[in-house]
Amino acid sequence: MKRNKITYIILLFFSIGVLYVIQQLFMPKYISTIQEGSLVEEYYLEKANHDVLFIGDCEVFSNISPIKLWEEYGITSYIRGSAQQLIWHSYYLLEDALRYEKPKAVVYNVLAMKYNEPQKEAYNRLTLDGMKLSTTKIKALKASMMEDESLLSYIVPILRYHSRWKELTLEDFKYMFKKDKVSHNGYLMRVDTKPVGYLPRERRLPDYQFGDNSYEYLERITKLCKDNDVELILIKSPSVYPYWHEQWDEQIREYAEKNDIQYINFLDYVEEMNIDYERDTYDGGLHLNLIGAEKFTDYFGQILKENYNLPDHRNDESLKKVWEDKIAFYNQMKKEQEEELRLYGYLKSVGEAAQKIDE
Amino acid sequence: MLFTTSNFIFFIIILTVLYYLIPKKLQWVLLLIGSLIFYGIAGTSYLIYISLTVVSTYLVTIKIDKIQEIYDANIKENKEKLSREERKAIKAEANGKKRFWLVLALLFNFGILAVLKYSDFVVSNIYKDFGGFGFVLPLGISFYTFQTMGYLIDVYWGKYRAEKNVFKLGLFTSFFPQLIQGPISRFDDLKSTLFAEKDFNWDNFEFGVQRILWGYFKKLVIADRLLIAVNTIIRDPGTYQGAYVLLGMFFYAIQLYADFTGGIDIAIGVGQVLGIKLKENFNRPYFSKSIVEYWRRWHITLGTWFRDYMFFPISVSKPMINLSKYLRKNVNNELGKRVPIYIATLLVWLTTGIWHGAAWNFVVWGLGNGIVILISQELSPLYDKFHNKFDVKDKFYFKVFQIVRTFWLMSFLRTFDCYRDVGTTFKMYYSIFTVRNLNEIFSGGLMKLGLAIEDYILLTAGVVLLLLVSLYQRSGGIRIRLSKKPIFLNYILFFVLFLSIIIFGTYGIGFDQSQFIYSQF
Repeated sequence: MKRNKITYIILLFFSIGVLYVIQQLFMPKYISTIQEGSLVEEYYLEKANHDVLFIGDCEVFSNISPIKLWEEYGITSYIRGSAQQLIWHSYYLLEDALRYEKPKAVVYNVLAMKYNEPQKEAYNRLTLDGMKLSTTKIKALKASMMEDESLLSYIVPILRYHSRWKELTLEDFKYMFKKDKVSHNGYLMRVDTKPVGYLPRERRLPDYQFGDNSYEYLERITKLCKDNDVELILIKSPSVYPYWHEQWDEQIREYAEKNDIQYINFLDYVEEMNIDYERDTYDGGLHLNLIGAEKFTDYFGQILKENYNLPDHRNDESLKKVWEDKIAFYNQMKKEQEEELRLYGYLKSVGEAAQKIDE
Repeated sequence: MLFTTSNFIFFIIILTVLYYLIPKKLQWVLLLIGSLIFYGIAGTSYLIYISLTVVSTYLVTIKIDKIQEIYDANIKENKEKLSREERKAIKAEANGKKRFWLVLALLFNFGILAVLKYSDFVVSNIYKDFGGFGFVLPLGISFYTFQTMGYLIDVYWGKYRAEKNVFKLGLFTSFFPQLIQGPISRFDDLKSTLFAEKDFNWDNFEFGVQRILWGYFKKLVIADRLLIAVNTIIRDPGTYQGAYVLLGMFFYAIQLYADFTGGIDIAIGVGQVLGIKLKENFNRPYFSKSIVEYWRRWHITLGTWFRDYMFFPISVSKPMINLSKYLRKNVNNELGKRVPIYIATLLVWLTTGIWHGAAWNFVVWGLGNGIVILISQELSPLYDKFHNKFDVKDKFYFKVFQIVRTFWLMSFLRTFDCYRDVGTTFKMYYSIFTVRNLNEIFSGGLMKLGLAIEDYILLTAGVVLLLLVSLYQRSGGIRIRLSKKPIFLNYILFFVLFLSIIIFGTYGIGFDQSQFIYSQF
């Protein structure tokens, strides 16, 4: 058989190209449904430096509005949040972010301390698929993967998503190479309202002690911030459910004191913030809607401003234009969502949320 | 390490690169190390059992060889001095010693297999409440025990001399592509390529990779997809009766074929990449026109093993010859000729059944095959009469009829290894004639088996491709024909095959990763 090396090299590149295109097609797009899946990768589209980085689960990306923080205090911020972000996810997302920028403060929402072990492959995917390939990502994968997951399928995701051939939609073709932004510096906007209704009873736990793994990563976050000269702030975001037990609160308080870190449990300030769970939540008290998020952000912004001496960038010409565009996008989405609500009575564009995975 | 894991693919890539980089005389050593790693990862305790087999076989074959050597030297030296009777006596003594060692090694090795594989089955049939000994059955033990015992018997028969290097015998026994599910090799066949020094050969490499891809396609796209429907049917015999049983038989026939031949394709392909020729194990078995022909074309290396090491020796053994003589003298000639063959056939099929699994299902399945074969042999004069009278033997439609008949006959028999016990299998047979639900299958029933319409379309395309490739094989190998086409076309075809495996393969999260069926034997 006659063989020509150049032909083979061309064929090899052609094959890799085709595989790449197919992989792009098969990756979930997270545009019209489970938008949380887009959050982690959207960070890499961001060029500006930030004063504050928020890390944590849905209680950061649903409850804090970086746009409000800019509008009210001129603080630049970004949320590296994701659905059920576990503490090792948060640690590695922070390590990843520190490769690109050096914020003045990092805010970590402590709810995920309750999980000492990886929970679900789907949540790993929502957080880790969007990370750019790096040694940090590999470390994050090793820390997060469940028994039946394979590292290779994160590096070559077609090996995970190949079975989507039966469910490909037009959206998959449309957003193969370029996706629309769904977040506002990591904030997922929701203008709809669902007042607190039925809540499951608070269940007693056999053991309230946070696990060793959780503590290990909290210590690593603390050290990473210290080593990089970044202020670490621990918060518990306001929510009615899931419960934040007293015993958990005590452990975080103790940890914060011991390490000279500020810890704010915003559950204690719900009235002061004027949050009304009849109007300010979109899912019956789990997460805040836009009105609630803006109230919380406003209150928190004041604390950040006063305690951490963060500069007001609103007169900074280089940033002004960037943030004007962000505000325009924010206001436009707000308007569109309000219009949708008026037309359909619910938010059609948002689709299912990641909690669906649990149902 | 399963063939369908990414670890196995990495293992093959690393091994192949090293294989062609190291000095050629060390290639077989690398294969031995690789095989031990491959097997050790599956279970470190397995290495103990396989080592016992290798060492015992090695010691005994060397001993047998030595006895033969001494006998030969003795005869050569004293040819003139010894009388015919004395020579006979010396030969008998040597044969007796050889037989003693042979029987010892056979008992020891088949004993290991029997204890590990069958003790639970035997004891639980005596004591109903017996919970089991809890032995762990080493992967592929039935395959490597048979392969090694074949070698032992060949040395005993003087077919070839014993291998003097225990590590080479170790590689013959543990060579990883064939270790788990065959093919069952013969030492004289395999050694010429297994221990030879090899240069990288691009044709071998390309053909090997293509064969591996084809194996993965069959296993991951067809077999494991059908497995979902097959499992749904056989695990719920209360619901899926009547026409579903027939559907299950049909699906299982395709699944088993794609699974087993897929695994063999991967094994042979890996061998080819490494320049080692493994024996073919299948020859388009579903085109067989009779059950005897089917068993000549399905799992060929197991069939020939039983033929050479069990059927022939039993047929010509002293008790059988005596029985034959007795029947010829006291009953009639014909019976004297046939009875030993019947007994040997039934014993071989009983063992074949037991080889497949320690359960009554397999016993009945094995004997069922034996009985059908004997009946068809007995009826062959009648068939011949029919063929001659109606002149249909060479007609195309009659051949098709024979193929379809054999396919369904085998599918019926194969049902015994599907259901959990023999009683359930008979109930399911009964339901075929009593439960009328053919309409139900085509009015939504198919969609309840765990597969969607897209899966059925894909499966149909896959089976058509299997058929086309089989038809192509009749007129020479498809890979050789394709290799004569332009490189670009050839490459694109196999790249599409690769993509189909990546996209349509049932692997990863969301699918149960299933072992190859034959690796459980």
